Amino acid sequence: MNLDTVSGPAETISTNKLKFGMLLLKLRTFIALFLVIAYFSIMAPNFLSMANMVILVKHVSIYAFLAIGMTFVIITGGIDLSVGSIVGLAGMVAGGLLYNGLHIPFLGVTVYFHLPMVILITLAVGVLCGAFSGLLITRFNVAPFIATLGMLYIARGTALLLSDGKTFPNLVGKEELGNTGFPWLGSGTILGIPVSICILIILGIAAAYIAGKTPLGRHIYSVGGNERAALLSGVRVNRVKMFVYMFSGFCSAIAGLIIASQLVASHPATGEMFELTAIAAAVLGGTSLAGGRGTIGGTIIGAFVIGVLGDGMVMMGVSAFWQMVIKGIVIVAAVVVDQFQRNLQSRAVLQES
Amino acid sequence: MVESSSENIILRANEITKLYPGTVALNRVDFNVYRGKVNVLVGENGAGKSTLTKILAGVEIPTSGELLFEGTHVQIESFHDAVRLGIGMIHQELNLFPNMNVAENIFIAREITSANVHIDHKSQVEHAQELLDRLEAEIDARAQVADLRIGQQQMVEIAKALALDTRILIMDEPTSALSAAEVDVLFRVIEDLKEQGVSIVYISHRLEELVQIGDYITVLRDGDLIEESPMDEVDVSWIISHMVGETNERRIDHSNTSTGEEILSVENLRLGHVNGGFTIDHLSFNLQKGEILGIYGLMGAGRSELFECLMGLQKDIAGNVLIEGKNITHGTVQDHIKAGLALIPEDRQREGLIQVLDVTDNMTLSSMWKFTRWVHIQHERLRKSVLTVIKDLSIKVASPQVLISSLSGGNQQKVVIGKALLTQPKVLLMDEPTRGIDVGAKGDVFKIMNKLASRGLGIIFVTSELKEIMAISDRIIVMSNGKITGEYGREEATEEMIVSASAVGLKENAPPLH
Repeated sequence: MNLDTVSGPAETISTNKLKFGMLLLKLRTFIALFLVIAYFSIMAPNFLSMANMVILVKHVSIYAFLAIGMTFVIITGGIDLSVGSIVGLAGMVAGGLLYNGLHIPFLGVTVYFHLPMVILITLAVGVLCGAFSGLLITRFNVAPFIATLGMLYIARGTALLLSDGKTFPNLVGKEELGNTGFPWLGSGTILGIPVSICILIILGIAAAYIAGKTPLGRHIYSVGGNERAALLSGVRVNRVKMFVYMFSGFCSAIAGLIIASQLVASHPATGEMFELTAIAAAVLGGTSLAGGRGTIGGTIIGAFVIGVLGDGMVMMGVSAFWQMVIKGIVIVAAVVVDQFQRNLQSRAVLQES
Repeated sequence: MVESSSENIILRANEITKLYPGTVALNRVDFNVYRGKVNVLVGENGAGKSTLTKILAGVEIPTSGELLFEGTHVQIESFHDAVRLGIGMIHQELNLFPNMNVAENIFIAREITSANVHIDHKSQVEHAQELLDRLEAEIDARAQVADLRIGQQQMVEIAKALALDTRILIMDEPTSALSAAEVDVLFRVIEDLKEQGVSIVYISHRLEELVQIGDYITVLRDGDLIEESPMDEVDVSWIISHMVGETNERRIDHSNTSTGEEILSVENLRLGHVNGGFTIDHLSFNLQKGEILGIYGLMGAGRSELFECLMGLQKDIAGNVLIEGKNITHGTVQDHIKAGLALIPEDRQREGLIQVLDVTDNMTLSSMWKFTRWVHIQHERLRKSVLTVIKDLSIKVASPQVLISSLSGGNQQKVVIGKALLTQPKVLLMDEPTRGIDVGAKGDVFKIMNKLASRGLGIIFVTSELKEIMAISDRIIVMSNGKITGEYGREEATEEMIVSASAVGLKENAPPLH
């Protein structure tokens, strides 16, 4: 296709085609999601049932939490490899506090916290993990890849240490300790909607609001777009970076809590490889690993594509090995199409001028 | 035009035009490279010299026009095409790998190997040492490039180009980082090369140097070819007048609006240099409300570093910077912006704009806090302010939501100015505000500067274009080697005074050895 040589009336036609093509490309993740759902609802009869949809959205929400936090990090031009480990650590912290309590050696007592306190402590642990990565990146100039790779090992190791590698089972709490109610997060409902989905809606809206309507959001995009220009414009670059890693840790902790609650148990190996799924969801949703581009909405759709693909293939009985191959192809294809769209866009800009 | 037989011309550029989105970098320019001669290319910044040489070296592809090599039509569309024809280029910026040794740098991407696999380090080092000795550079070919001084690195760069069996060697400001002694060596090398039949294309801002070394001179201005002449028919003042053009042509009405009320004062400002000495050497000056202060200096004079100090980007500085009597020497960029300083950076693309964002986002980046209640951006108020600025600076945009990258250079620059204005500054620092924008937009930028000064802003602007600084400044400070070497009022300054002040200390003070 050589658009440069076309001239005269043909030019307007090709411009229109270009515009239509670009619209299709912009909506590509949406179209992909639609096609995937259509395909599975034909091939797997129960796929569109209400019960199945609820299960699917619950699955997706786990990835979506991580991917939302990841999106901010990637927009600043960074990467967070530690999210899966923080999921595991968060689950173990919550599980440990409910199951064993907090043993304070020099007082010789064991403290059991109320459930809200347990949740707050767990979230704080997630934020602290992010803050640690953020400090390494902003104060000590460690590359985000390395800083969060370190955090990946530290968090996973800590999770294993908390229980010597064992599972904390049966996290229902005890009436006499006043820490019951944990399973509600994973299996309860608010107005008939599962709690985890409600949290996803709230977090998604909050993140989209931050991205689009607050100075912080603009600053996140500016740091990823051109860090030097952002610095010269008075953007507090280090604070912005601290925020995105802490927020990512926070999102991971939420995911960890919800998984532990759904299983009513916490296992230290939970969340292995989740970081890669989160990155894949963000990239599928149009986030550029070069920084500066991406949306929360796109990321959530990206998480849905991955989730639907996974669940649908399971229902159709596709082997787990093939599932991995297909997911890999989809992710690579998404990035190829993304590059294609950008080339097309810059060509359109040149044509207009 | 000089008529000369075509066998004396090794490479000829015919009616070369190069368009960038929004600007014409070269407009039907002819250029001849004479065989075995030093062909000098001069012009102010933005005249199109670099674009032209990049086209000859295959870095850029011309929009139209043709290149004739030995009289036959050629296409030079890549570095490899250029190398095949024997065209080598020494870029203004050093393109070396500091993490490798000198020999490895010289033979990068054409390593001496056995069976294309095993690098023969020994013979690489030998060859490299030969080249370096020919340049009389006392550099060990096994030394790590990171350990060399800038001047020595420049020599390595030259050796690298020579290693290519170059027939045409393009040198873009090769002396800007060299000491006087090194310049002499370089000139001897150039004479040597000429004798061997190598043709040189030479770009420099140091005019005396050009007269000394050049055989032919071509003057460009604003993308147009002005004149080509043999060097022995011209002198420095001829060059200046052709570079600058009619001095009255773009004279801008400017009335001095300074109020005498001091707004910024800099006392004894010092910034150390990594190799010892000072990059900013005990600078003191002040600025009044409504005054436009021009700072002139060659590359490396410390102009941009001065602005970095004033903006809080350099941490290890000594001395005092006071704005309306308040000391702000040590503070973050944010503190400086809130105190009333705003910077228009030199490199618009790298430091001024965020390409992935639209006009509104770029313009409001520094002043977001003014439009924010709690955490919420008040979009309506922000939109109105942006529209006001767009109108005020007459920025040509379809809508405030278009991507910044779709604007022309001049309009992009106005957006950067708009970003600074939205912070409601008291002092505006403009680093080369007219670089890379077309003549019309330059005029607009000057009008904006006048308008802002008449509103009581203090403006400091840095430029390496004489004509500009003469036209718009109320007062001119000339810098050289980090020092103030001249200060003139609007009426007393002449181009000769400024040029000579900007060269003070260049010859005597070679960069310090360590």
